[in-house]
Amino acid sequence: MPTSTASFLGAYNSVLPEVILVIGAMALLMAGAFLKGKNMLFISLAAFSILILAAVVLYMQGNGTTALFGGSFILDPFARLMKIVTLIAAALAVMMSYDFMSRANLWKYEFLVLILLATAGMMVMISANDLMALYLGIELQSLALYVIAAFNVNSERSSEAGLKYFVLGALSSGMLLYGASLIYGFTGATGFAEIASSIKTAGPSLGVVFGLAFLLVGLVFKISAVPFHMWTPDVYEGSPTPVTTFFSAAPKIAAMAMIIRVLYGAFPGITPQWQQIIVFVSIASMVLGAFAAIGQTNIKRLMAYSSIGHMGFALVGLAAGTQIGVQSVVIYMIIYAIMTLGTFACILAMRREEGPVENINDLAGLAKNDLTMAFLLSMLMFSLAGIPPLAGFFGKYYVLLAAIKADLVPLAIIGVLASVVGAYYYLRIIKIMFFDEAAEAFVPMHATLRSVLVASGLLVIGFLAYLGPLEAIAGAASKSLFN
Amino acid sequence: MNSWSILSVVTFLPLLGALIIFVIPGNDQTAKNNARMAALFTTIFTFFVSLLIWFYFDNANPGFQFVEKYEWLGENFSYHMGVDGISMLFVILTTFVMPLSILASWDSIQDRVKEYMIAFLVLESLMIGVFCSLDLLLFYVFFEAGLIPMFLIIGVWGGKRRVYASFKFFLYTLLGSVLMLLAIMAMYNVSGTTDITRLLTYNFSTTPIHFWGLTIEGGLQTVLWWAFFASFAVKMPMWPVHTWLPDAHVEAPTAGSVILAAILLKMGGYGFLRFSIPMFPVASDTFAIVVFVLSCIAIVYTSLVALVQEDIKKLIAYSSIAHMGFVTMGIFTATAQGIQGGIFQMLSHGIISAALFLCIGVVYDRMHTREISAYGGLVNRMPLYAVFFMVFTMANVGLPGTSGFVGEFLTLVGAYKANSWVAFVATFGVILSAAYALWLYRRVIFGKLEKASLKNIVDLNTREIAILTPLVVLTILLGVWPAPIIDVTAASVDQLLNNYKDAIKAAHDAAQLASN
Repeated sequence: MPTSTASFLGAYNSVLPEVILVIGAMALLMAGAFLKGKNMLFISLAAFSILILAAVVLYMQGNGTTALFGGSFILDPFARLMKIVTLIAAALAVMMSYDFMSRANLWKYEFLVLILLATAGMMVMISANDLMALYLGIELQSLALYVIAAFNVNSERSSEAGLKYFVLGALSSGMLLYGASLIYGFTGATGFAEIASSIKTAGPSLGVVFGLAFLLVGLVFKISAVPFHMWTPDVYEGSPTPVTTFFSAAPKIAAMAMIIRVLYGAFPGITPQWQQIIVFVSIASMVLGAFAAIGQTNIKRLMAYSSIGHMGFALVGLAAGTQIGVQSVVIYMIIYAIMTLGTFACILAMRREEGPVENINDLAGLAKNDLTMAFLLSMLMFSLAGIPPLAGFFGKYYVLLAAIKADLVPLAIIGVLASVVGAYYYLRIIKIMFFDEAAEAFVPMHATLRSVLVASGLLVIGFLAYLGPLEAIAGAASKSLFN
Repeated sequence: MNSWSILSVVTFLPLLGALIIFVIPGNDQTAKNNARMAALFTTIFTFFVSLLIWFYFDNANPGFQFVEKYEWLGENFSYHMGVDGISMLFVILTTFVMPLSILASWDSIQDRVKEYMIAFLVLESLMIGVFCSLDLLLFYVFFEAGLIPMFLIIGVWGGKRRVYASFKFFLYTLLGSVLMLLAIMAMYNVSGTTDITRLLTYNFSTTPIHFWGLTIEGGLQTVLWWAFFASFAVKMPMWPVHTWLPDAHVEAPTAGSVILAAILLKMGGYGFLRFSIPMFPVASDTFAIVVFVLSCIAIVYTSLVALVQEDIKKLIAYSSIAHMGFVTMGIFTATAQGIQGGIFQMLSHGIISAALFLCIGVVYDRMHTREISAYGGLVNRMPLYAVFFMVFTMANVGLPGTSGFVGEFLTLVGAYKANSWVAFVATFGVILSAAYALWLYRRVIFGKLEKASLKNIVDLNTREIAILTPLVVLTILLGVWPAPIIDVTAASVDQLLNNYKDAIKAAHDAAQLASN
């Protein structure tokens, strides 16, 4: 019956991207098994295309809002934007991994299958409008990530990273479930809308606040904010660099989107309560991210602390509890993804004849050996430090403005002071590249990495050119949460 | 004159030049020379275009001229440019000093010439942008972005301790600026705009704020004033946040020191005039005494410190801080003489300090040392140099007939009107400046030429004469005929003062009303 098939497809049109990802993952699994690990380039390209295809499908779906599966899955402009950004970040991570993985003899098709599955989990996280769907998404994502963190089975550090991530991740999932059950117990619902209306009618009960606190532990763990950040430096350092690249962008965006939806969708009634938690987490992350990074010598560890600090900054906007606060977080996360992917393109390109290097001092005198790379990386560093007119400055500007509008002045002051401290270690990288004597040159950068680096460098430098449209898109996305 | 956007043209011309240098292929001697020539032509051309601004400038109009405005993000952020009597001459100063500093780097920079020239041209664009922008956020973007090229100039082409100096410069300035950024956001939050022309007429609240058990008298205005003060005091620099300057000066290449002293420091003074005084008049009035005390300490203390320096550049750096003390003192007297004098002193110091650093560069290029003790008796081998250096030393002392005198005199008159004790203390600075400057001159230029290393030192070459001559001419010309400067600034300063006095009076009336 063609009509009912059509209407069936029409009704489930909203989950089409997720379906594409999952079916694509299965197809790659089959293809990989039959090709017996040959045709690496073909499979990588296929994984990349699947991710991009899902993003294009999302883009084609227009601007409407649809809810599916009894309201537990929602696709609104906010979800659509965050999903597209996540998919692009994941696709770029796949693209950047090819060169490294094949050189390191680590390339296995399972890696790409797991990335596709993890991304499908992120899609569900972003669209989750129910605690059950939320947990489903988180676990699908996390289980895949645990495996790829330990992907280099010959490396003790990689295995340690995977194990550490798994144990702590399981703990945080347990907390999250405990919180979810408390919330269910006190509100009698798992759907975000139902929870919100129950809190509205019954008022905030202690049980719900407790539940929310536990829930937040699980959620904040995913964006590696302090005090649930301990896994981040070890996992960043221990995992193979392409895995770290993937970790640094896509899952963070998805988790941040999920936190936004939980807090604004289910708990707008107890904003003052969760605001305190977010303010604390935000301050702790910014300060720790700034100070702990100073002593690092491994660039991946340094980026781990940098990402902790940046998550703290994004939470500043979230703490505002307003629509422009959400808008600022969306802008911040997009800018963060651009900067961090560009930086990791450079880290992946840090390779000499004998293999990859990860020490910051290996960048010494890069300006003499490869001025383009040194220049673009220094622009990314200035941008991460928040110096205008680069993108990172405007990210900070929007979140701080949201905080000031919400009367969170002390938070804003601590934020800018932390950013001055943080500027020190970004400057140190620039100093090593430009002021120090040249070390041995790296092997030439692979075209995939160079194109990502150039693209992100241009996006960071020319940010003012597209600030207007970006603000409009983020504004439209954040408004859809407040209807 | 508005048919072509002259301010944008002047602002972005250097950037265009930087792009042209960027595409010069190769890295051989020809490419280096091409980069130098391109940079020189760009800066000279920019200078001549900027002279048109002065030519068409209407001295009688106290408001903003050559205004350009394009909506960018609606209310949030517009591209708004314009100059008035306060800012116009700083634009000219910038474009004037730039070709000289390019020329000064002609031979002394041999390493990474292209990048060096690009950094300078980008820096020029940003500096001009600071003085032209009429939107707070735009101003901040230009103000902060200038840190990037300057950081690289000090760090890549600097002296032995360049890493320390560049970090100190960057982090110090950044720390001051981020507080200003928060203040900018707070201003936007209460007034709903970042447009400077609208903020100039906005009345920021002076109702006390109660915060965590503390009461802040003077309310929002006080908080904002201090936030801006933090930024500009560091930039200026004022005692006790001046310590980055001697380090940055000593380690920067000659042209970097020139730009730093001649223009970057002036951004602090310009900021006080553009923001602190007109936007927060009541707070400025209340805290003027703080500024006076800090200025007096700066004038006397840093002059004393300058006396004992063994490094020529460091000595001039400390003398710069002392001279900037006169500027801050003059500005916060809120008298016509004080403010006019402050602006004049900034412009004149821009010329004199640039000249002094260029003079140091001349001997440094020959001897590669800046130790005072390594010199002596230069007059025997370099008579022409001795003459140039003499003029600038005298101007630095503030001898009548040089531009240095006019500024110091006017600021002292203003200070005397506002608070005679301040003028009394500050006058010691004039005496001390004579002490350190003349003593330096005697040790470097006079005496017997005893050091073997100096036996073969040669006098100025044509390029160096070409650099120093315009500076000598201006130093003396402005000393005997300051009218061109005073005429440009008068109308805008008068308007500034009238608004300031009205605001103070209104605040006093309101306070009276409240107490009755």
